Amino acid sequence: MTKGGQALSGEKSTTAYWSANVRLILWNLVIWALVSFGFGIVLRPMLSGIAIGGTDLGFWFAQQGSIFVFLVQIFVYAMMMNKLDAEYGVEE
Amino acid sequence: MDQYTLNLLVVGASFALYIGIAIWARAGSTSEFYAAGRGVHPVMNGMATGADWMSAASFISMAGLISAVGYDNSTYLMGWTGGYVLLAMLLAPYLRKFGKYTVPEFIGDRFYSNTARMVAVICLIVASVTYVIGQMTGVGVAFARFLEVDKATGLYIGAAIVFMYAVLGGMKGITYTQVAQYCVLILAYSIPAIFISLQLTGSFLPQVGLFSEHTASAQPLLVKLDQIVTDLGFASYTGHHQSTLNMVLFTMSLMIGTAGLPHVIVRFFTVPKVADARFSAGWALVFIALLYTTAPAVGAMARLNLLNTISDNGAQADGITYEARPDWMKNWEVTGLLKFEDKNGDGRIQYYNDKSEAFKATAEANGWAGSELTVNNDIMVLANPEIANLPGWVVALVAAGGLAAALSTAAGLLLAISSAISHDVIKGSLNPGISEKGELLAARISMGVAIVVATYLGLNPPGFAAQTVALAFGIAAASLFPVLMMGIFSKRINNAGAVAGMLSGLIFTLVYIFVYKGWFFIPETNQLPDNAANWVFGISPLSIGTVGALVNFGAAYLVSSMTKEPPVEIQTLVESVRVPRGANKAVAH
Repeated sequence: MTKGGQALSGEKSTTAYWSANVRLILWNLVIWALVSFGFGIVLRPMLSGIAIGGTDLGFWFAQQGSIFVFLVQIFVYAMMMNKLDAEYGVEE
Repeated sequence: MDQYTLNLLVVGASFALYIGIAIWARAGSTSEFYAAGRGVHPVMNGMATGADWMSAASFISMAGLISAVGYDNSTYLMGWTGGYVLLAMLLAPYLRKFGKYTVPEFIGDRFYSNTARMVAVICLIVASVTYVIGQMTGVGVAFARFLEVDKATGLYIGAAIVFMYAVLGGMKGITYTQVAQYCVLILAYSIPAIFISLQLTGSFLPQVGLFSEHTASAQPLLVKLDQIVTDLGFASYTGHHQSTLNMVLFTMSLMIGTAGLPHVIVRFFTVPKVADARFSAGWALVFIALLYTTAPAVGAMARLNLLNTISDNGAQADGITYEARPDWMKNWEVTGLLKFEDKNGDGRIQYYNDKSEAFKATAEANGWAGSELTVNNDIMVLANPEIANLPGWVVALVAAGGLAAALSTAAGLLLAISSAISHDVIKGSLNPGISEKGELLAARISMGVAIVVATYLGLNPPGFAAQTVALAFGIAAASLFPVLMMGIFSKRINNAGAVAGMLSGLIFTLVYIFVYKGWFFIPETNQLPDNAANWVFGISPLSIGTVGALVNFGAAYLVSSMTKEPPVEIQTLVESVRVPRGANKAVAH
């Protein structure tokens, strides 16, 4: 449906495009889990030595920091995907 | 001008705006009715998603939830925002590329199974109906509190407004009213928060104020708060008191539940391009984060304000006399959200944790006979403008903001419900030959019926209405999210696998919830008491959606690997949703 004229090479590059996307998503999910479940909850005791505004870094990540990181992640992902789309010639 | 007239004016003006948009944004085709013609700018869609997503609960109750418990309830903050990362990367762009109108439609096409589509319709309806009842009761309560009309009348007025723009304009009307509603609700939330932050910490931004110095005591705000609450026998505000496993699973359930909720997913069908869907998820989170990073500051500051007002001579000294209480307390006592009972007859207010065994001795030594103040958590947001001594128009704005939050979410949910009925059930199953015009009419009628049913349920809330978090998020997490994701990321999952996955995730989750909350939420029918000691591995029924999702993934994988792989045309379909090129264009706007 989407391959247009370039039959075989198109298929190959679509597969490569998809694995590049999946790799990018996996890295993003690692960061996503690290700042929320990690720094915000499970690893909070490890970060308790780092003071911030009357409490510790883990509390900040749980109530504010993780949300900021999520935001940056989505925009960076969207920009990197725009680049990837163009690189593999699958942009709209 | 008195407060009542002011409330009436501000709320009336906001309603006039919504009706104006309704008349301007009428839908002329099914594409406009279901997906706003796919011509919504990604930033606009982000704003509309913010209003769609932030419900009466986010606006009125979330700060109070955090306020009452502190750190442990950070789960709501992370859970209700982290889902957007999953949406942006795992679902939204591919479902936009698929380019149809409803979530069950994707499931039906991808798994070439009408059974799968109908299971998805049932999940969608149960989750969305549970969710919408809360919004409708929220509308009634907001009217009753601010405009002194009774709940039923308030509900009818709210329903009539939604009827106007949802039936006329479908997704198109809903989108542009949601943009307006977002502006109203974020102003209403931020203004009091900014002033309270200025008063307590001197910082203009509540997000900074939360981690700044409390001016009056020259201590960091959170240190001061921890000190007061522990002096009164409560658990510390910044401390971690709940089971870590349960916190992780609850946060995860909220995240994947958010990503799997159909009324949120369909918002991303309205943007022109696949790349727009990705950016739009980012913009949605920008607009959501404005409120979600303000909420923890409001929660902490409102609690500190309340405790400081009552125990102005230090936490364990005598509280203020009941006669000397500030005006805002008097105002909110009338509504029943704040109750005082002078248990030891000394004419003073004692507010402390009377459930703490460790604190009993201190309380007895002080001659206290139990905590005398009952505080409804919602007051942390609703009474804020009065606590901060802000002018009457801010109070009126909070009323309009609460209504905007409830109405915008209700409209989004009603659209998800009615398009499932007109597009998936009527067009998809009962009458596939229906004309475009016939379907548009069916969509409008379904919307009308959905509004009437939701209004009725809002007036007579059934037992499950209070279980939005368990039911709506549990079902979305355990049933819808996994199949949507597998449908995109795996070519091997087939029709049998998807149906087995959805049903096993759904049944597993519902049974676990019913065992603790009662079968179909009928009181007294639960097998085990609903407390941490009885939960399996300490997993609360609210957190079970994560485990249900794993059951879904596992069952779908197993059944698929034992049955035939999907036909070639389905594998081609999967390949095509994975790449942006070729998405159908905007219909014009």
